[in-house]
Order: sequence, then structure tokens, then C-alpha cells
Amino acid sequence: MRQVNAAGPRALGLITWRAAERLGDLAFGSKLNPLRHLGAIGFFAFWLLAASGTVLYIVLDTSVAGAWRSIHDLANAPLALGVLLRGLHRYAADVMVVAMVLHLLREWLHRHERGVRRFPWLTGVPLLGFVFAIAIGGFWINWDQLGQYSATATAEWVDALPFVSSAMARNFIASSSVSDRLFSLFVFVHIGLPLMLVFALWFHIQRLTRGAVWPPRALAIGLFAMLAALALAAPVTSHAPAALDRVPDTLHLDWIVLFVHPLTAATSPSIVWALVGGAALLLFALPFLPSRLDAPAPAAVVDPANCNGCQRCFADCPYAAITMVPHPNQRIGRTLAVVDADLCVSCGICAGACPSSTPFRSVAQLATGIDMPQLPVNALRQRLRAALESTNAPRPIVVFGCDHGADVARVQADDVCTFSLLCAGQLPPSFVEYALRDGAAAVVVTACRAGGCEFRFGERWTAERLRGEREPHLRESVDADRIAIVFASIGDEAPLAAAIDRLRSIMPSTGAMLSDPHHA
Amino acid sequence: MPDARPTPKLGPAAWAGQALLYGLFAAAIGVFSQWPRYHPIEPGQALIKLSFTRVGKPVGDCRKPSAEEQAKLPPNMRAPEICPRERSPITVQVDVDGRRALERVAAPTGLSKDGAAAVYERLVVPAGERRIAVRLSDDVRARTTPYQREGTVQLAAGQVLVIDFDAEKGGITFQ
Repeated sequence: MRQVNAAGPRALGLITWRAAERLGDLAFGSKLNPLRHLGAIGFFAFWLLAASGTVLYIVLDTSVAGAWRSIHDLANAPLALGVLLRGLHRYAADVMVVAMVLHLLREWLHRHERGVRRFPWLTGVPLLGFVFAIAIGGFWINWDQLGQYSATATAEWVDALPFVSSAMARNFIASSSVSDRLFSLFVFVHIGLPLMLVFALWFHIQRLTRGAVWPPRALAIGLFAMLAALALAAPVTSHAPAALDRVPDTLHLDWIVLFVHPLTAATSPSIVWALVGGAALLLFALPFLPSRLDAPAPAAVVDPANCNGCQRCFADCPYAAITMVPHPNQRIGRTLAVVDADLCVSCGICAGACPSSTPFRSVAQLATGIDMPQLPVNALRQRLRAALESTNAPRPIVVFGCDHGADVARVQADDVCTFSLLCAGQLPPSFVEYALRDGAAAVVVTACRAGGCEFRFGERWTAERLRGEREPHLRESVDADRIAIVFASIGDEAPLAAAIDRLRSIMPSTGAMLSDPHHA
Repeated sequence: MPDARPTPKLGPAAWAGQALLYGLFAAAIGVFSQWPRYHPIEPGQALIKLSFTRVGKPVGDCRKPSAEEQAKLPPNMRAPEICPRERSPITVQVDVDGRRALERVAAPTGLSKDGAAAVYERLVVPAGERRIAVRLSDDVRARTTPYQREGTVQLAAGQVLVIDFDAEKGGITFQ
């Protein structure tokens, strides 16, 4: 069933977001559109930060007297390598913050904070706090006026918490109160916390198959080139060394990371704590707030009698909802798929992967190894048969689409039979051949644009199956000229209609193929 | 069948668009990582930080335990005096140029209120010569303010004056 979006700010935001994605698609192509790889870009920035930070830590003198000089002298490194290193580190942090915030926004707009995807949401929200703490702490290590200001402002902010009994800010009231031991705290915040962040990131993607921890190569190269160019064009420099007997006059503040300090100064520490705490509470509560769109979809169901333990569903499930266990009723060595309903997003990709889902089986009631209760493959076969028998067109075009992509109902016509699946990945490739053999002139399979699948891999697996690169694959003997795959996300009905028109123009409406339905 | 999920063949306009979008993103990052300039305090102002931690005096007098009370205690816990555990809150007042600029009462920390009381406050004042008077009381039983200091300081713009408490240096200090 096609998803119905509620009205309101989220629906408006989603429309705006999709428009931005389309704009990005024009320049990058959907496969490389950064807006479709925000999580992976966050990871990429983190890897850059880890690599550049490791080198920076090697040259850093972790002392009050030496820290500023050791970083400042990087500007004198040959070939501007020091400038490059420092710029990469700073700007990658900014990119990571921006990517994470946009990633959070995108997932919320797509209602991904709910249901089965509640876990990555709940493990993702704390990452924001982690990253801000680490990034803010990075400014202290340099121990220049900006570091002094940030460390003091942070301590004053923390002191506002009711359970903090001793004033942390006293550590920064005079130069005599700052010792080299303070750098142990700085190093913990900026290096110890990132080590913990690695585990937190692992938790975040733990329930995903093939979690994207690296963007597509071309995008990674583009981002690196952008950051390197920025590092050289706008070198990151230090302020004057910290001097606690003076308030810095003018600061080149990194507003992306350090905005919290001016906000605190403009309001009060208590107000900012209330804002931060309120935002955190809201983000954590979002998955649990009631919604009329929250009807849980049934999870995939395994039929042990038809599961041969081939592991294709196990390999294709994007959410690691399927595990293989020893088959209870068959010989030793056979395995059986088991679905964890708490992890299943009801995409049906597993049903599309099951070799038993072939409609050519002669059984009256088609039962497959793993199936979706809300749209079983048997029902799909029945509907396909009924449509091909009842259509007035001698050789209709069959369109298999997706509830989350282009609306196939909009291309319905006298000579076009449309079927909307839970996801394009739910379509067993053999249905394409079956439709052609049963009288269809051509078959169009439409999936979301690359990187735009609601269930992560639907368009990718569908394409690979139809191309013969993934099991179960479409047989080579099927006439490729009679098949089209169209990557059309929601709102992309025009290219879908164009693909149908193209097939109409090249497919004879009567003739040999009509009299020979088994032409393929 | 057309190649599935083909790598898009981008035309010159798309490449130009990519360059533009990368450039815009880089510009946004580059600009907001150091602009607009921020001034923690306005020009011509100085900062006074009032900061100290101090354990106040006990809230009550010590007394000698009665013989009955002593008898109830194990021998190793018999003390010559019984003193209240709770400490006095610290009261501090700061006047700048004859006007009350700050007044705080800091409660002792700890579940039994027997810990140190801490105060950390910022006062932004115009730079120049300032007459500063500080009064601090750490004993609720005292009828007078045990610690006072008054002095004239010359504050340069951006200077930080720390008002602290150091018993070894005679009490309230200006740094």
C-alpha cells in the first residue's frame, strides 16, 4: 500500500528535502549525491579526523608552555603540509557536524525514527553530543586565546549544573592555576572520547547489513579535494597564546562547533542547559510519540517446508533481520531462515530473493520459503494472471513498481497493467519472465533512484538480479529488449511514462509475439 | 535491457554544477568556521571574577558531652567535645564604586552540608579606576563580617581581576 504522508511541517520538510535531492542529482547523479550519503560522509569525516589527528598528536607538545608553539609551528612545515593537515582536521570536524545534523534531519523527515528503526535512531542521537564534546575539546588543546575562551566558557557552563559542587571554572581563573596536568583532561576529551565514539558508532550501525562507513569512491575523492582546497585557501591559524589575566578581544569563532558559547553568553547557562536537555529529551522521545501512521507492518514469515536454506534472504536482508539455524526437519547440514520480527522492516526483499518464489511452479497455491503476509507471492501471481487475462489490450505492458517510489498507478492505461510492491526488491526476477510468457509485450520494473531506496538496497538488488549479477537472477534467455528498468523515486512518474512510451514505440502490438506467448 | 544502475555520464553542466555545489559548501564551512568575529566582552570593558571555595565555620558551638552520653559511646569514640557537623553558608557582597554589584549566599556542599561552599561569578565593568569593596562572612553566629577588603584598582580594557580568598594571605585577595 502506498505510503500516505501526513500534512504538517514534516511533510513540507520532506517535499523540500526531495527537491534538494533532485537538485543534487542533476549535478552528481543520484548514485553520488551527497544528500543520499550523509551518514557515510559523517563516517568519512571521522576517518579523516582520526588520520589527521594521529599525526597532529605526534607533533603536539602536551604542556601549557609548549602546546601553542607546537601547533603554531605547523605553518612552517614544508610544502604547506602542516597547513593542509591542520585545515583538514578542523574542516573535517565541521563537515562531520553538518553531515550528522543533516543525517538526523533526513531520517526524521522520512519517519525513520520509528518502528524497527528506532534502535539506530536512539543510538544515533547521543552521537551528536559525543561529537560536539570532542570537537569543542579540540579547541582547548591548542591553548590559544580561543582555547582559553572555550575551556573557560565550557567550565562555566558545566558549573551551572545543580549537582556540580565545585567550580570547574576555578581551574582557569589565573595562569598559575593551569598546569600541564590539565592537558590530561584535554587529551581525554579529545582522544579518549573518540575511542569511545568508535564503539558508539558501531552500536549505531550494528543492526544494519553492510553499514555504509565509507561513501562511494568518487564522492570521497570529491570531498577530500574540497577539504584540501579549503585548508590551503583558508588556512587555520592560532590566536595569540592563552593569557588568563586577559579576556580575548576578538575571536575567530568556529560557529559550527562553538556556537554554544555565545548562545550561553547571550542567554544564560541554565537556559542553554534547558535547550540542550529539552532537545535531547525530544529526540529520544520522538520514536515513542503516538502517530496515526504507525500501524506496524507484518514481518516476513518463513515456511520451513519451502525453505531450502540457500541463505539468499540472509544475504539480501538490509537490516540483518534473518539468521540461519539448523533445519529441524531436514537432513543434517540443511539450514533454515529465521526472521527476527523486531528487526524486520517488512520490505519483502527476502521474498524477492527466495528461489522458491518463482511463479513457474505448477502448484495451485504458490508457497515460497519466505514471504510477506500482506502481499504474498501467490497473490502477486494471481493478480498478474488476472490482469493479463482481463486486459483489453492484446499485448499489455506490465509495470512492477514500489510503494515508496514513483506512483505506478499514475501510468495505468488500457495497455498498461501496474503492480505496486512493498519494495522493488520484493519482485522475484522470474516474475518478469513469467509476465512476458503470459502475454505481456514488455515489462517495466521501476525502483527508486540509486541511493534513494526506503529499505537501503531494494533498487540495488533489483538491478543486480535483473542484470544477472545476483541470485536469484533473471535468465539470460529472456529478451532484454522487452524489459526496462527505470530508477524513479516518488514524483518521478514522467521518466517512467517515457520509458513505457519508448517500449510502446518499439514493441509490435500484434503479430508473432501475440501468437507466440512463449516467444522468450 | 538498459544497463541497470548505470554510473551517470555527466555532462559539462553537471560537472559545473558539482564544482559550484562543492564550492558553495566549502565556502559555507570556511566562512562560518571563523566568521563573524566574536567579542567576548565589549571594547572598553574589564572583567572581575569572584571565585573562591571555602569551608564555613560550624553552624553551632561545640559542647562537652555529659557523662551519660560518653558512657553510651564506645571508648574509641568518646571525644572531649561534640561539634555540629553542618557548616555555615558563605555570604559575600561586592560593591563597585559604592554600588552593590553582587551579593551571593553559597550553601555548603555535601549531604550533611559539611563541605566547602564555592562561588564563581563574573562581573563586567567599564575599564578604568574602580573602587571595589568585598565583604565575606563564613560564620552564621558572627554578628560582624569577619572578612573585608576595600581598594582602588586600575583596570585596563580586557583585563581580568580575580577576587579570591586565601586564608594564608590574610583573607580576600585581588589578583
